[in-house]
Amino acid sequence: MAKRIDFQTEPSRYRHWKLKFDGDVAELIMDVDETAGLFDGYQLKLNSYDLGVDIELNDAVQRLRFEHPEVKTVVLKSGKDRVFCAGANIRMLAGSTHAHKVNFCKFTNETRNSMEDASANSGQKYMCAVRGSAAGGGYELALATDHILLADDGNSSVSLPELPLLAVLPGTGGLTRVTDKRKVRRDLADAFCTVEEGVRGTRAVKWRLVDQSVPNSKFEQAVKDTAKKLASTSDRPADAKGIAFTPIERNIEDDAVTYSGVKIEIDRATRRATLTITGPSEPPPASVADMHKQGAQFWPLRLARELDDAILHMRLNEAEVGVWIFKTQGEAAQVLAYDKFLEANKDNWLAREILHFWKRTLKRIDVTSRSLVALVEPGSCFAGTLAEIVFACDRSFMLVGSFQGDNRPAAAITLSNLNFGAYPMSNDLSRLATRFLGEPESVEAAKAQTGKPLDAETCEEMGLVTSAFDHIDWDDEVRIFLEERSSYSADGLTGMEQNLRFAGPETMETKIFGRLTAWQNWIFQRPNAAGAEGALKRYGSGVKANFNPERV
Amino acid sequence: MPETTHVDYSTKIPNNVGLMDDQRVLKALEQWHPGYIDWWNTMGPDGFQTSDVYLRTAVSIDPKGWAKFDYVKMPEYRWGILLAPRMEGRQVNFGAHKGEAAWQEVPGEYRAMLRRLIVVQGDTEPASVEQQRFLGKTAPSLYDMRNLFQVNVEEGRHLWAMVYLLQKHFGRDGREEAGELLNRRSGDADKPRMLGAFNEETPDWLSFFMFTFFTDRDGKMQLESLAQSGFDPLSRTCRFMLTEEAHHMFVGETGVSRTAEATCAAMKAAGIEDPYDINAVRKLGVIDLPTMQKKANLHFSLSLDLFGSEVSTNAANYYNSGVKGRFQETRIEDDHVLTSDTYPVSKLVSGQIKMVDEPALTAINMRLRDDYVADCNKGVERWNKAIEKTGINFRFKLPHVAFHRHIGEFQNVKASPDGQVLSEAEWAKKRDAWLPSKADGDFIQSLMQPCWERGKFSSWIAPPKVGVDNKGGDFEYVKIHQG
Repeated sequence: MAKRIDFQTEPSRYRHWKLKFDGDVAELIMDVDETAGLFDGYQLKLNSYDLGVDIELNDAVQRLRFEHPEVKTVVLKSGKDRVFCAGANIRMLAGSTHAHKVNFCKFTNETRNSMEDASANSGQKYMCAVRGSAAGGGYELALATDHILLADDGNSSVSLPELPLLAVLPGTGGLTRVTDKRKVRRDLADAFCTVEEGVRGTRAVKWRLVDQSVPNSKFEQAVKDTAKKLASTSDRPADAKGIAFTPIERNIEDDAVTYSGVKIEIDRATRRATLTITGPSEPPPASVADMHKQGAQFWPLRLARELDDAILHMRLNEAEVGVWIFKTQGEAAQVLAYDKFLEANKDNWLAREILHFWKRTLKRIDVTSRSLVALVEPGSCFAGTLAEIVFACDRSFMLVGSFQGDNRPAAAITLSNLNFGAYPMSNDLSRLATRFLGEPESVEAAKAQTGKPLDAETCEEMGLVTSAFDHIDWDDEVRIFLEERSSYSADGLTGMEQNLRFAGPETMETKIFGRLTAWQNWIFQRPNAAGAEGALKRYGSGVKANFNPERV
Repeated sequence: MPETTHVDYSTKIPNNVGLMDDQRVLKALEQWHPGYIDWWNTMGPDGFQTSDVYLRTAVSIDPKGWAKFDYVKMPEYRWGILLAPRMEGRQVNFGAHKGEAAWQEVPGEYRAMLRRLIVVQGDTEPASVEQQRFLGKTAPSLYDMRNLFQVNVEEGRHLWAMVYLLQKHFGRDGREEAGELLNRRSGDADKPRMLGAFNEETPDWLSFFMFTFFTDRDGKMQLESLAQSGFDPLSRTCRFMLTEEAHHMFVGETGVSRTAEATCAAMKAAGIEDPYDINAVRKLGVIDLPTMQKKANLHFSLSLDLFGSEVSTNAANYYNSGVKGRFQETRIEDDHVLTSDTYPVSKLVSGQIKMVDEPALTAINMRLRDDYVADCNKGVERWNKAIEKTGINFRFKLPHVAFHRHIGEFQNVKASPDGQVLSEAEWAKKRDAWLPSKADGDFIQSLMQPCWERGKFSSWIAPPKVGVDNKGGDFEYVKIHQG
């Protein structure tokens, strides 16, 4: 896996998906090119997918939101005759490192969550037209939509055959969405997950696995009708023009990646990366129309795209860089001015999309398996939206006063209204509400300080940062923390950090990520699946897996 | 009554499986029976349900004594459950369970797998009856009509055989699947039959002969591999079905042969030597040999698709699990486990058709297809011998396995009958030279006129060498009472 995985693409480069537009309905057609896998050694038969297929899907889902405000319903369907989608490619999984599998599944989950996010929050509804078999990840993909139509032709079926076929789980949301989203009865779900060939027709409706089962001859019409019906529930504007997702600026070197507003510097000896975010150089535009004109160059959007790419790049391509240090530089007042602009215009479709994009990007940080630390230093601009990064980190350190000979203004954190609900975590609470789960009064106290620059001692006092140090202690304290972090087990750290980050209630999303981590990633390591005689390794050979019967 | 070689007619459903003592299954079959008769009446041979047809009916599964001939109205045919006799001490003969005693009950872990195999096999049986239901009306003779109906009632009986297995061994799911077998319809947009070739039309008698030669031969190969199954009831059922399937292939092989014979005889009589002088040959009221070759190309390629992907995980699983073996498994000299063997598979490698060694387990479909092609070639050779005797210079030849494929390695390429990979444009230009065109179909259709007089045959087909049950060619094989 030495090859660098690039998350940037655009429709003219797609190998696996096609987009078709017809007024307020778009078709997102999966037609996987079996010869175009991301890595060698497997063919993407039967519309099976790998990370490369998912990268294109993610791109398409993003562009549908930003470039196509007129699209109110997205119809997900297959471009192949007899198969909808066979799920994640098994040979790809069998040949992948554990880390790749985990990151692939995580990204897959994030993309599916973003489809549900589009439905729930920006009036772009997803539906799925299943003809042929939707197996495993194929059905999980369908589960991420609002409405599943299944052709009643005696052949089309939905199934989750992971357990019987591969001795693993439908771990990218399958089990959780079956029970929590579609609310399938648990014993029926159990039966469903052990029937390799899946469930067809009216039984699939009766078991709540799909919404509708329609004869072939009426299928196209039913898809159209449902698409129109869903579109009628959308609040997306009819006459708006989308903005173009122009390619992001990016310069990749061995130990650095430089974007217009994000710079990643990697110190390989210590396995640390510093991600420095630069605040806006211009004030926000005067009007919504000007924001549209700026399009992808509008600072919050440009930065979100860059940060999103940076996170994905680091996750997939730099697995050994275990500690990420977040820094910012720029004028906090400018950042806050953009926050104010977005908040004031949050009913505009584009502003709304940008806010949700930030929400999703911040969530990516939350579920990243790295030690995250924020260093709040003089000249930084951790304000409003950017302050969320501090709250997303496992630890945060803030300098009291200035460094010697540094004439930049002392470090401050300023909160904006966006820190109090605009960017919920996957537990559906704001980062501050999660942080202060046991002391809601601290959230109120922070709210009372909205708009005021808060110095290091105040931030420490209010619990907004872990520690405030003056310049005498700073270097040593930070060094000791970082060295200590590097000395721990990478697995232990990932487990501890993920356990501590998501205090509070469970949601479907936390369950999906949590159970992927706890169960699937455990099963993926066990000999019954991944051993030389395990089901994943033996899949396709015709030889049966040899199971260790011991229950753990 | 225990299992015997004799057929028990004391129940509504003739059988040799002791149905009398198995009230659960007897009841399930009796409940299924009216739906079946209803299906037969609406989807079986159109217009001949009240005619008396000289059919053979099984009275015993003894290889020498099972065929008894008499006039029967088709809806009254004694469809029944007939299994080949149980072989004492039979074992699972291949795969991971090799050497264990053959299973008399379905092993839980293979239940879904076996059910699927049986359902797919079962689905083809009524499908061909549906495909052929209008052919009676254009029968070229009473002899051929009788053969068609014999094939049809036996396909019906094969459906019974599969339904018995489903109801006896697969519980409620099995009963539901048995019901579904009567609900799907060949070529129906909403409820099509499961396999592609069984949704194609059988528009004329030459298609019927080609179908029974090529597609029923796929059926034979599938039954041969299922007859090897470690699940003994399936093995026994398929072994008995094979005795009937042989007749279907006989109908196909002799049908094509008699058609070619009529063509050659007419050409000779008219002094035409060039088989490619198509217009002149067609004027004689016979089907020219190149058009017959096109029909063969079509049916051969569609039938190859029925073998599935050359390299198949499912086939590997079936084999390793002991549920579906190879053609004549027990006569093959190897370890019958195949975990360390390879088998050459024809594949498309960067645009070229090449042989590539694949693990033998995953190449089970390829091997069965190779056996099938060899079996087809024997029949084709007999056709060629018959043509040769007439002095006409023409030979039938099977097209390359990459020709006109929709499933497997070659589904995305266009190839000529001799295996050259072509561009889309080249293919489009040549298509009608290799596959029946609309005009070819229209011409054949024009010859499809009923010939129902005793002892008479349509111009385009020669009489058989011998009749059925030692009766002559002028025997009244069908007493037509149209209803």
